[in-house]
Amino acid sequence: MKRIGVFVCHCGVNIKETVDVEKVTVELKKHPDITHIENYMFMCSDPGQNLLKNAIKEKKLDGVVVAACSPTLHESTFRNAVEEAGLNQYQCEIANIREQCSWVHKEMKDATHKAKVIIQTAVAKLKLNESLSAISAPVTRRALVVGGGIAGIQAAIDIADAGYEVVMVEKKPSLGGHMIQLSETFPTLDCSQCILTPKMVQVSKDENVKLHVNSEVEAVEGYIGNFKVKIKQKAQLVNPDLCNLCDDCSDICPVLVPDEHEEGLAWRKSIFIPFPQAIPATFTIDEDSCLGLDPIACGKCKDVCEAEAINYDAKTQIIEEEVGAIIIATGYDLYPEENLAEYGYGKYPDVITSLQFERILSATGPTNGEVRRPSDGKVPKEVAFIHCCGSRDPDRHLSYCSKICCMYSSKHAKLYKHKVPDGQPYNFYIDIRSGGKQYDEFVQQAMEEEELLMIRGKVARIYKENDKMIIHGVDTLSGKGVQLEADMVVLAMGIIPSAGTDEFAQKLKLNTGEDGFMVEAHPKLRPVESIQAGYFLAGTAQGPKDIPETVSQASGAASKALALLSSDEIFHSPIIATVDTDLCSGCGICVATCPYDARELNEAEGVVEVNDILCEGCGACISACPSNACQQKNFTNRQLSEMIKIVAAN
Amino acid sequence: MSLPYFPGCTLKVDAKHFEDSAMKVMEILDEPLQEMKDWICCGTVFSMTSDDLMLQLASIRNLLRAEEQDIKELIVLCSMCYNTLKRAEKFITEDEENLRKVNDVMYKEDIEFHGLVEVKHLLSILKERITFNKIEEKTQKPLKDFKLGAYYGCLLLRPEDMAIDTFEDPDIIENLLKSTGADTIKFPYRLECCGAYQTVNNKDVTISRTYEIINSARKSGCEALVTSCPLCAFNLDQRQKQTAEAYLDFKKMPIFYFTELLSIALGSGWDKSWEKLHYVDPEPILKEKNLI
Repeated sequence: MKRIGVFVCHCGVNIKETVDVEKVTVELKKHPDITHIENYMFMCSDPGQNLLKNAIKEKKLDGVVVAACSPTLHESTFRNAVEEAGLNQYQCEIANIREQCSWVHKEMKDATHKAKVIIQTAVAKLKLNESLSAISAPVTRRALVVGGGIAGIQAAIDIADAGYEVVMVEKKPSLGGHMIQLSETFPTLDCSQCILTPKMVQVSKDENVKLHVNSEVEAVEGYIGNFKVKIKQKAQLVNPDLCNLCDDCSDICPVLVPDEHEEGLAWRKSIFIPFPQAIPATFTIDEDSCLGLDPIACGKCKDVCEAEAINYDAKTQIIEEEVGAIIIATGYDLYPEENLAEYGYGKYPDVITSLQFERILSATGPTNGEVRRPSDGKVPKEVAFIHCCGSRDPDRHLSYCSKICCMYSSKHAKLYKHKVPDGQPYNFYIDIRSGGKQYDEFVQQAMEEEELLMIRGKVARIYKENDKMIIHGVDTLSGKGVQLEADMVVLAMGIIPSAGTDEFAQKLKLNTGEDGFMVEAHPKLRPVESIQAGYFLAGTAQGPKDIPETVSQASGAASKALALLSSDEIFHSPIIATVDTDLCSGCGICVATCPYDARELNEAEGVVEVNDILCEGCGACISACPSNACQQKNFTNRQLSEMIKIVAAN
Repeated sequence: MSLPYFPGCTLKVDAKHFEDSAMKVMEILDEPLQEMKDWICCGTVFSMTSDDLMLQLASIRNLLRAEEQDIKELIVLCSMCYNTLKRAEKFITEDEENLRKVNDVMYKEDIEFHGLVEVKHLLSILKERITFNKIEEKTQKPLKDFKLGAYYGCLLLRPEDMAIDTFEDPDIIENLLKSTGADTIKFPYRLECCGAYQTVNNKDVTISRTYEIINSARKSGCEALVTSCPLCAFNLDQRQKQTAEAYLDFKKMPIFYFTELLSIALGSGWDKSWEKLHYVDPEPILKEKNLI
């Protein structure tokens, strides 16, 4: 028979105001299973915890119920205290009489009665609790970073700096992501390339980083601390170790395709280097457009390559890596322009996207940094910047704010004015959202000093008349329709998760939200972790954000990953499901029910087995099991039925 | 087999030429139209008041009559009738509760209403059932060198789920006209509002709309406009009289129903009686293009 002590917390007035704690204490004193009971103002305080520890020693208790707030708040506090007093921490139960009792009731009589019932159920459960100890597993002390944009780069650098190996996977031929495409960054107008390329070089020179470009994660097996990753790398038709960047191949290549790095504003060859500072620094062949894969058709580049770096027979490779933590930094894409048919993107060459305008502004871009419009190369004297293209339109497009467009559109207008001093920018906006250090000052300064014209209202339609783009919109401040002529229109396209995020998330069993972005474990308190143990989130894969926020999150994700990698072992809660092999019929229903892939059917034995490290103790299998073979430790059917009996009797 | 269709009031009076020409065209395309029996007013404007069932009963009663006559697909020509009837169809098919209410209110009707009738605009029938390829094959008098602008207005396209085509950038009328050999021009104001019923109480609004729309079409190179809506046709055609008085630089432009031009192209010709129903005389341009 356990000697159980009960400690009733007042929580200041939070509990005491509605629950008569004295009455609870007096009446439960007579309870046959309770050896000791007392109440105190703040059980979570140090004196409160000491009270508990002393009582354990003095009254020789071997189980404790703390009647206080929700176990999500102080369960660990009290369990630690219990351990310090020499008991197993699983001999401590929390009876939640705050969130589930005092806060939701008004009548003291009823609330007091309910508090008593809740405490008795906890006592009933505690009577049958086993003493447990944490499950441990070894850790592979390396990390995988998926995505080579600024988020992935920062996370990789942080982990490598701490002395751990990083495997980095990038879909495209070079590191850099979207940030390498940008001209200058708000609010300080640093040149984006100038601040990013040193970091790219650092990644490429770091011996701790193993970089796979033109690669994608094919499959992930295993669990936190022990992942086995299959990476699919496209055929390396140009050997990066041999390529000496002489450029002869691209000179002779007869195939022209739109240049992705230039957002289609320029052409590139089928054998190409994405941009001069590309990492790894090598030419690469785009298999989709190359004619040389059929040697009869072409093969010119191979003929001229003196370094003999080209091999058309190279094959796709599967690379296997073992890691302990995975950082997801898969980035964003722009909302599809064709969904906004009324703006005429694709129909009118002078209606361009914000990323295309970044290339036009960039010194290394298709116009060498001069602002010239795509249709005829003229310098546009009037440019309209349209905010919220696709964003904040729950009926037809994206319901969310893409967060960075107000800032970059103001920046666009400002940089345009710097390059075309006699030009006139017009910004159509819904609201200006410029929260951030020095952000609002940046927008205000652009408005005041650069003579921006800000028009508050949406644009309904854009069409071309003669040489001009005509913009039909509304000025909601004056309540009148607006018709404007401009030489060029820049659409501030909303941000969506990068193409393939959905399938990728499904493959890895990661959660995505309604908007398609990766979901964090807790929106406030665990913003860089995935709910799936061992996965961490960085950058725009998790939601729209700007560069500083992306870098912070990447460093956050890296430090969380490092905490995991910093020891040889990981520990996991022992509150997990077990299978009674005598009762299990091997039907496999629980295998399909388990959201964590923690169950496997052992066909030889005809029973299901649980992977302890993967089991999160959610209990889904227990309710699914038709033969009562599944039990959860310290939440056994017997315990639950004892608790229910008490509730039913009262 | 003949196709059941709902004419609506305007097609029997001011837009008689729309009905006549449509009948001729469908005759030639071997899918003659058959006017449904016992139709009443379409309801004119779909009531936006969510709890006012009474205002929707006229449209619903037409669908009920159609169901009674075993009509599965009811063809509509007038854009306004199309919009009202289509929205009534959606009202009862998208929510069983609405259908139940309708049957409760209409308990004196002999039959139980199930909401089985699908409302279709003639343009959709031409595109999906007849196909534009067939129209191209059957064209005897191509509308060669005729620069036409399709004017959609609102009722064929909005709200979004009523739209017979991509609602922000439709091309169903353009494609139809192209199949008859015409040149089509997507002019900027082709989806703008014609002023609708403002034409009754606030004529000036309609006049300025007409001015803007026709000017936009002319600037883009259109020689005539093509529509499927009698209200648009009234505002764009009849109101050109007042528009010309109000704006001295205004130049008139003929307005056609798409079926009138189809009738010419497919060989069933131009009916002299149609001319009177136009305010801007369409015959000079038709003669200029050697179409009559």
